[in-house]
Amino acid sequence: MFLLIWKRLRCALLLLALFWMPCVLSAAQISSNLEQDWINKAFRFWTFADSSIQVIALGAILIGINCGLMGGYVVSRRLSMFGDTLSHAVLPGIAVGFMISQSRDEVALMIGATFSGFVGVGIISLLKRYTKMKEDSAMGLVLSGFYALGICLITYLQKSSGGGMAGLESYLFGSLVGLSSDDLIPLCLCLAMIILCFVLLNKELLLSGFDPSFARSVGLPVDLLHFCLWILLAFCIVSSLQIIGVVLVSALLIIPAATAGLLTHKMSRLLLFSGILGALTGIIGCFLSFLVERLPAGPVIVLCSAFLFLTVLFFNPVRGILPSWIRTRKRGQRIRCENTLKACYQVLEESSFSSQSFSQTSLARRRRKSDAEIEREIDVLIREGYATRQIILLEQKSELPSENMISLTPSGWEIATRMIRNHRLWELYLTKEASYAPDHVHDDAEKIEHIIGEKTVRELERILDNPRRDPHGKLIPSQNDIDRGWLSPPLVTEK
Amino acid sequence: MFNLVESLIDAWSTHEQVIWNLQIVFMGIMVSLSCGLVGCFVVVRRMALLGDAVSHGILPGIVIAYLLTGSLSVGPVWIGACIAGLGCGACIEWLRTKTPLREDAAMGLTFTSFFALGIVLLSLEVGQVHLDPACILYGEIGLTPLAPELVLWGVPCGNQALWNMGLVCLATMISTVVFYRFLLVTSFDTSLARSLGMPVASIQYGLMLLLALVVVASFESVGVILVLAMMILPPVSSSFLFRRLPNILLSCLPLSILYSLGGLHLAYWMNFPISASMAITGVVIFLPCCLFGPNGGIFTNTKSLSIQEGSKGIPIN
Repeated sequence: MFLLIWKRLRCALLLLALFWMPCVLSAAQISSNLEQDWINKAFRFWTFADSSIQVIALGAILIGINCGLMGGYVVSRRLSMFGDTLSHAVLPGIAVGFMISQSRDEVALMIGATFSGFVGVGIISLLKRYTKMKEDSAMGLVLSGFYALGICLITYLQKSSGGGMAGLESYLFGSLVGLSSDDLIPLCLCLAMIILCFVLLNKELLLSGFDPSFARSVGLPVDLLHFCLWILLAFCIVSSLQIIGVVLVSALLIIPAATAGLLTHKMSRLLLFSGILGALTGIIGCFLSFLVERLPAGPVIVLCSAFLFLTVLFFNPVRGILPSWIRTRKRGQRIRCENTLKACYQVLEESSFSSQSFSQTSLARRRRKSDAEIEREIDVLIREGYATRQIILLEQKSELPSENMISLTPSGWEIATRMIRNHRLWELYLTKEASYAPDHVHDDAEKIEHIIGEKTVRELERILDNPRRDPHGKLIPSQNDIDRGWLSPPLVTEK
Repeated sequence: MFNLVESLIDAWSTHEQVIWNLQIVFMGIMVSLSCGLVGCFVVVRRMALLGDAVSHGILPGIVIAYLLTGSLSVGPVWIGACIAGLGCGACIEWLRTKTPLREDAAMGLTFTSFFALGIVLLSLEVGQVHLDPACILYGEIGLTPLAPELVLWGVPCGNQALWNMGLVCLATMISTVVFYRFLLVTSFDTSLARSLGMPVASIQYGLMLLLALVVVASFESVGVILVLAMMILPPVSSSFLFRRLPNILLSCLPLSILYSLGGLHLAYWMNFPISASMAITGVVIFLPCCLFGPNGGIFTNTKSLSIQEGSKGIPIN
């Protein structure tokens, strides 16, 4: 029962989180000792009890690290679709390798695949250099052309040689299940080559990737470095192809690196993160596909990394979509609050600060808004503790509605004066120092008043020599005025 | 070993074979014509790989439609696939514009994730049903004549697969003609289009819808990846022959006839899958165009370049 609920819940969560689509799941068979079974399975996986689990988990981690590291370079050079092209272009090479060796000889297949991937890359760069074709059409052409050739050759071989070709189709989708410890050797070799290359050529690869013309002018062999990177990429793709298949290799190249790119901008950290993310999703995907029957490991690994990507995209505290949305909202609310407070000050100023409070209708007239809108704005101010409201009944004319009288609290008063000071100082600064016309400065000051901090205000006051009047002849309130009570502070105490 | 002439004639020797093969050829022509027409605009906009992305992205839509309705009938599958294809396109657009991801990364990320989702759903729930992943990847146009017969008001009207594809092909042609102006301007100069008051974004989405429709209609016969070949090869080949877009669009028809006939005979000759041999025929036709085409082919291109270089004395890179 538990497993059934758990399976449904997890699948539904995964799907909901990814695409918010409803999905139909068939009922699983319920046996008596499922709870035990599930925990047992998890325990068996995480203690790496069986040797087959060891091999599979190690393979997934190695592929994750390899593809993650290579992906860091591929994505930062804007060549993401290149991995996809390359992984399709190796297909005819695999068929030819098989044709020559007449068996599923790993070495022959790998040499064939690397060679044909290379021919594909060569054709792309030739087409780009000698014709007017754009990169995307060239890549699409090579991708589909080589793929068609590969399918033709594989079909032909299958029809002509009978059962000996049974394994070749696994290159299309891949399978982690049949992984043997011998298959890990090329992966380890590939990892060693990648790390060696990155450590030795770190600076050169970085420079040639981000500023090829500068690298050329310094005397770096940029084309050779590109070439070196392609060999590594081809080797990485070919070694993982049999395990996760043609299409999903490019996913493992792109997704961890794109996730890491959201987290950091430093290349060394990006490589580290994307390697770690690749390994992490590899092991998690393996675990999930081990738990649930019939769940293929490769696609699950890809879905795991897509899920991680979405999580980082939405919840990353620095640049995530949700945190920055909340920040924008808060800022908007603060600015609206400050605008209302500023209008309150201006209403009080109109009456030369003769009274402590003012009516809500006068504020509405000042802001040119309806009573209902002003009501809402005042509600916000009261909630934030910037103002208080008293309802005064007009005795004689009882048919008139009652009048709301607003008074500011000390904290509200402080913000209001600060906004007015910022606004008028900036207007004065623009007219005096930037020689704006006095009737052009208002809109600019309206925006800047919410942004400039205390330090900038001090600087402005110093430049303008502690001014008293703004370009329109109004008083600029200074801290001194408020301290000495020349401008009337509110009598209401904060609740 | 191989007898070319015999294989050419064999395919058309008996009455049944002529009917059988004509259906396949007709299907191939319609598939590559509608793909090619949409492909022209896609290639011009430098979004050639979007076809690849959308054609992978429709997989989860097909599988979910199958799971919900329990049948592989045309209606729900098409709706599901169109929704998934459009969703894939919208996802790419959103990631590209609203996040720091670049276009290529957004594309690669989206379509591989969609594809992985499709495969997982497929292997979890469908299992051994005849929605075979390999079939989705390279399609089987050779089975076209086996499609059920369409019966309208009790009158048999011929092959249903052909009718479906024919409708899509017709829709593509009509919308190309009707919206030609809009597609042309938005493809080459978005700011001019905007200043003329054209709804650039909705034209973009309309093109994507058309793309999804064409991909969905043709994936069953030529498979996910060879849709890309049918989409890119005609415009790219004929762009070496012609300079103007109307000529390139018109040349899609003869090219698709060539692809279809050539693919069929190559398949009979070498025992290949028909869809893949159509793509290979396309590549074979592309090669002379690229090498000797009057409009920027490699050999003609270098000659004109060297003349320009000599006359102006400016190094051209």
